[in-house]
Amino acid sequence: MASLDDLKKRIASVKSTQKITKAMKMVAAAKLRKAQESAEKGRPYSEKMNNVILNLSSGISDKENAPKLLAGTGQDKVHLCVVMTSDRGLCGGFNSNIIKKAKSYFSKILDENKELKIITVGSKGNDQLKRTYGNKIIENISFKESKNANYFDADKVGKIIIEKFEAGDFDICTIFYNKFKNVITQIPQAQQIIPLNDEGNENSSDESYEFEPDEDEILSNLLPKNISTQIFKAMLENSASEQGSRMSAMDNATRNAGEMVDKLTIEYNRSRQAAITKELIEIISGAESL
Amino acid sequence: MSEEFKIEIVNPEKSFLVKEDVSEVVVPAFEGEMGILKDHISIISFLKPGIIKVSSKSGDENYYVEDGIVEFKNNNLSILTSSIYNLSDMDKSVQQDLLKKAEEEAGKSDINDQTKYLVDQKIEVLKTLN
Repeated sequence: MASLDDLKKRIASVKSTQKITKAMKMVAAAKLRKAQESAEKGRPYSEKMNNVILNLSSGISDKENAPKLLAGTGQDKVHLCVVMTSDRGLCGGFNSNIIKKAKSYFSKILDENKELKIITVGSKGNDQLKRTYGNKIIENISFKESKNANYFDADKVGKIIIEKFEAGDFDICTIFYNKFKNVITQIPQAQQIIPLNDEGNENSSDESYEFEPDEDEILSNLLPKNISTQIFKAMLENSASEQGSRMSAMDNATRNAGEMVDKLTIEYNRSRQAAITKELIEIISGAESL
Repeated sequence: MSEEFKIEIVNPEKSFLVKEDVSEVVVPAFEGEMGILKDHISIISFLKPGIIKVSSKSGDENYYVEDGIVEFKNNNLSILTSSIYNLSDMDKSVQQDLLKKAEEEAGKSDINDQTKYLVDQKIEVLKTLN
């Protein structure tokens, strides 16, 4: 059994760990509120953008000559996966959930003998993926310096993707991120952004629009913007999810630490009591033998 | 019959402006300024740098935009833009910054005609603001 001194030290160390996790939880809670707010505020933009594009694309009669970003290259040989994770750890299953989702998708693609290319956004994803898929990662983007998700960063990622697409580096692009549902639930998502997936296109109307300038020009201008917008949306959702996940992870850790302190305290008291009893017995039996 | 319609301006960060009682909006569309009244035909267009003028009962409001998309449908006007400023509380220094940036860009040699046109437009609008 551990000595009294050892137990005392353990209790102190668990207590100080608990202090840290408690502080992290509170910081995450404060950040979460902000991130959640901006994720919710950002939704109208990406939804509207999607709507406009759906309306536009449903109006295009000539699918053959539609912009490649919309219709795809007509092949699906090379897949580009953009895995978006956080730059910081200690956020529960947040990163591993995305990675798990992405990995199952990767193995599906590789089983089908297709080529796989990976771009990681955020250093944690890169750390986890480079062991198994190191040779597939073509780029790693990290925004450690920027405090909050901002459109400028998303635009940078979007431009890289479009550049690669125009160079013919890939046929299909999918982004992986965590969609924020609530503090305890974040759903890992795989969203195909090139070619644009128009599933769920229920509310497209047959109403005809007037275009100025013509449809092609609008589309070719809008589609790259849409890529950035979708990435921005993913970043916002991700940052809200990260804070939510961290908050509940730290909440758990704090509670576990509390339980541990209780258990250790009982053990400490018990062994203290045992030592006293032992001493007493020694004294008494010593007195008796006289 | 009321002559009012709804306008919604959103930027990536948030819903910038929502108004239910707008009577007229003038937007700097790509091919020239375009006034939109109630029951305008459904239209999608681009914006070039310029001033959006929103007229409602409570008076006129002016916004400076650099780019964006307008969609008008069923008396709902949506404007999507990544850079918008309310003119009434836009700082002179912000204007100067934007102007400086635009002028720098115009000075670059490797830009194509369309960007050049847009940048020139931007400079022109920003200069009239001062």
